[in-house]
Amino acid sequence: MKKNVSNQNKAGRAVEYKETLFRMIFLLSALVSVLSVIAIIVFVFAKGLRPFFGKDAYSFLSFITGLKWDPNNNVFGILYMIVGSLLATLGAIALGVPIGLLTAVFIAEIAPKKIVSVIKPGIELLAGIPSVIYGAFGLGIIVPLINKISPTGQGQSLLAVICVLTIMVLPTIISLSESSIRAVPKSYREASYGLGASKIQTIFKAVVPAARSGILTATVLGIGRAIGETMAVMMIAGNNIGGLPTSIFSKVRPLTTNIAMEMSYASGRHQDMLFATGVVLFTFIMLVNFTLIRLTKRLGNEGPLR
Amino acid sequence: MSDKVKFTVKDLDLFYGNFQALKKINMSIEQGKITAFIGPSGCGKSTFLKTLNRMNDLIEGVKIEGEVTLDGVDIYKDFDAIMLRSRVGMVFQQPNPFPMSIYDNVAYGPRIHGVKKKSALDEIVEKSLRQAAIWDEVKDKLKKSALAVSGGQQQRVCIARTLAIEPEVILMDEPTSALDPISTIKIEDLATELKKQYTIIIVTHNMQQAGRISDKTAFFLTGEVIEYGDTEQIFNKPVNKKTEDYITGRFG
Repeated sequence: MKKNVSNQNKAGRAVEYKETLFRMIFLLSALVSVLSVIAIIVFVFAKGLRPFFGKDAYSFLSFITGLKWDPNNNVFGILYMIVGSLLATLGAIALGVPIGLLTAVFIAEIAPKKIVSVIKPGIELLAGIPSVIYGAFGLGIIVPLINKISPTGQGQSLLAVICVLTIMVLPTIISLSESSIRAVPKSYREASYGLGASKIQTIFKAVVPAARSGILTATVLGIGRAIGETMAVMMIAGNNIGGLPTSIFSKVRPLTTNIAMEMSYASGRHQDMLFATGVVLFTFIMLVNFTLIRLTKRLGNEGPLR
Repeated sequence: MSDKVKFTVKDLDLFYGNFQALKKINMSIEQGKITAFIGPSGCGKSTFLKTLNRMNDLIEGVKIEGEVTLDGVDIYKDFDAIMLRSRVGMVFQQPNPFPMSIYDNVAYGPRIHGVKKKSALDEIVEKSLRQAAIWDEVKDKLKKSALAVSGGQQQRVCIARTLAIEPEVILMDEPTSALDPISTIKIEDLATELKKQYTIIIVTHNMQQAGRISDKTAFFLTGEVIEYGDTEQIFNKPVNKKTEDYITGRFG
């Protein structure tokens, strides 16, 4: 009897050790991402803020409001890049959200199963295409097309960036919107039909408003994707060395491509300034994430929006 | 009270694929009365209710034979489903307000049907909420989410939402089965009040409820109407043995 009890104790302790061990493993796994974020933030900010402090400091104001980027002459202005990044993102969202939302509605509510079985894998594939391929596509197809209509005779432009980014944000917007539309309870649809609404009225007056938190989340994630995209954009933006864009045919130089193009050979202050560009980009991304958290919290309870 | 017939149903069969859910239903439903459908679960009473505003159209694989007329007009041949549903409103088993404000919920139907003016909408919303006996409880929170009020209040908001489209008939599909007793009584009182202006058809599995509020009762079993008549007669002197068994609680 006694022996039996001690055996049980032993077994119990072994289980406990195992539990603790696994808990540690889980914790370590979780720490990898958190520590990475902290390391990246510290590193980027330390490097990126250096040029603005100490002896021979570069004025932060002229950095953030400057309209010219000329590292050889110690001129580092990124305002025109910020504007380029924001306009490109805005354009991609303005086009991508309506197209994406309508696609999502079509898939979730209207299209017969057969058509859905063709469209959905297509969208999933779109999400999996490497961004360098998008860039090549943009350079090979979209840029020459714009070339033909552009008054500047130059295809690499804000418009080209917007076109490619629109395609790139579509999968995010479509799949998130679709799942939030599908998650709308059947009872809302019944209520709407029961009040004499048509199918289209039901979709746009009852279903889409009920799915709005998911659609907003999709939009914000799309913004994050657009503002952070680098490779595809670099190949089609034009990457001018200064000047605000004046039309959609103007060349732009988004923040991301500024870093990507010059980091490989930059050194000293030039390199630090690229990190400083990274700091600005990072701030935008954090803003987007912060908005996302706020949105999901506020709309989580499905309170009235109007 | 007039004995004018609102709905006439002739030899109605309904199939879900190969399964026959309703068998040769014949019934006249009178205007300005409360008609109750009772019967055990799966007897077809809800299915039959939904044939009256063609909600079954939304379900794939449903086939309907026979004739249903509203004021003498065939609702399956000579009616557009959308038109029909604005004359025959429906209140569901679970309160299902939209995730919008109370105001927007009640204004949903009128807006769908083209009412745009703010003053007109305000008027309809207030009138409907008053009719649904919930105005006093929600008049200060019209802009608040309809999901923020209690279940019983939500159901009355849903009734107000239905009244706002000014239907002639209101179908109620077990409207109190998800509610507490006090809310149930409120809805029952409301139904009794509303029958002055509307024809009400209510599905209920609560026999006391049918007895309390209805003028006519139909007893359904396995897709057939076993007995249909004045509520008093059905409950006190049922003709059919099965009706008697059900009423006295021997099964169901």
